[in-house]
Amino acid sequence: MSRSYFPPKLVLPVSERDHIRGPAHAPVTLVEYADYECPYCGMANPIVEQVQQALGDGLRFVFRNFPLTEMHPHAEHAAEIAEAAATQRKFWEMHDTLYAHQDALEDLHLAEYATLLRIPTSEVKRALAQHAYRERVHEDFLSGVRSGVNGTPTFFINGMRHDGSYDYDTLIAAIASAAR
Amino acid sequence: MSQGSNEQRSANRTALEPGTAAPDFQLHSTPDQSVSLNDFRGAPVVLAFYPADWSPVCGDQMALYNEILSEFRRFEAQVVGISVDGSWCHAAFAKDRKLHFPLLADFEPKGAVARTYGVYRDKDGICERALFVIDPKGVIAWSFVSPLGVNPGADGILAALEDLKSQPEKK
Repeated sequence: MSRSYFPPKLVLPVSERDHIRGPAHAPVTLVEYADYECPYCGMANPIVEQVQQALGDGLRFVFRNFPLTEMHPHAEHAAEIAEAAATQRKFWEMHDTLYAHQDALEDLHLAEYATLLRIPTSEVKRALAQHAYRERVHEDFLSGVRSGVNGTPTFFINGMRHDGSYDYDTLIAAIASAAR
Repeated sequence: MSQGSNEQRSANRTALEPGTAAPDFQLHSTPDQSVSLNDFRGAPVVLAFYPADWSPVCGDQMALYNEILSEFRRFEAQVVGISVDGSWCHAAFAKDRKLHFPLLADFEPKGAVARTYGVYRDKDGICERALFVIDPKGVIAWSFVSPLGVNPGADGILAALEDLKSQPEKK
């Protein structure tokens, strides 16, 4: 790798439109672009949880959608149902449920998860039949493309793309160095 | 963008620079069809050289371009992937990944086109992970060589296409 290589930067700043865990004043913000059907994202999810637990208020975590729909036929609807859950303040519950059931993401399953989270049927219909959140998901996706997201998952630490691996130790070390 | 060209220069001094006429070529896009760069004259072309079919990073890179074809279409740009793999290999790879854009086989003589663009790695027998955006007149408008293991994404390409669109008459 050449010395003057600089990874690309996040173009869409974190704002109230985002799904956020952790305090706004945290010294480090970790943004993840991911796809609910992607097995690598599935593997990364528990690691991100561990990182959040370890750092507590020292970290703000943001999730953005990056469904690779040609490869993952269920990823778009999964992202849309999570956005529907967000309107009921249940985004993270749905997010975690989807990752826990990556092998069962047919519409039927998505509707079932929504019912379990007590999301109104009308909201589910708005998401899955009328695609009310397609634009929202696409906005995330495009912001990722313009920021240099190059696969899933892609992480940004304080706005800079993290090109290293996303195992626990590497992420913790990269976050620690960004906090300095 | 300017950052992109700095990176490109330091990563590989030999890659053709913006302002250079893009060397024409004719390569197989399928076992029985071939495509030449001149076929695309009149619209921007994105040439994405990549080391090999099937390797994980390339897979992601081509998969990403596949997902954003509609974005490229907004600029009327044609994307083509190029590697030294043969056309049967490309066909299998494209089918497996459901790719909707051509993969060209720089197969015989091996890497000849990559050489003319200055992005062939003699020692490894593969091409660099290199991007060229070529304007509708056939001149290189932007180029970038990524570290081999790093998928360059599409942000630089889209920025270059946007620049082209905003200065259509620039010679």
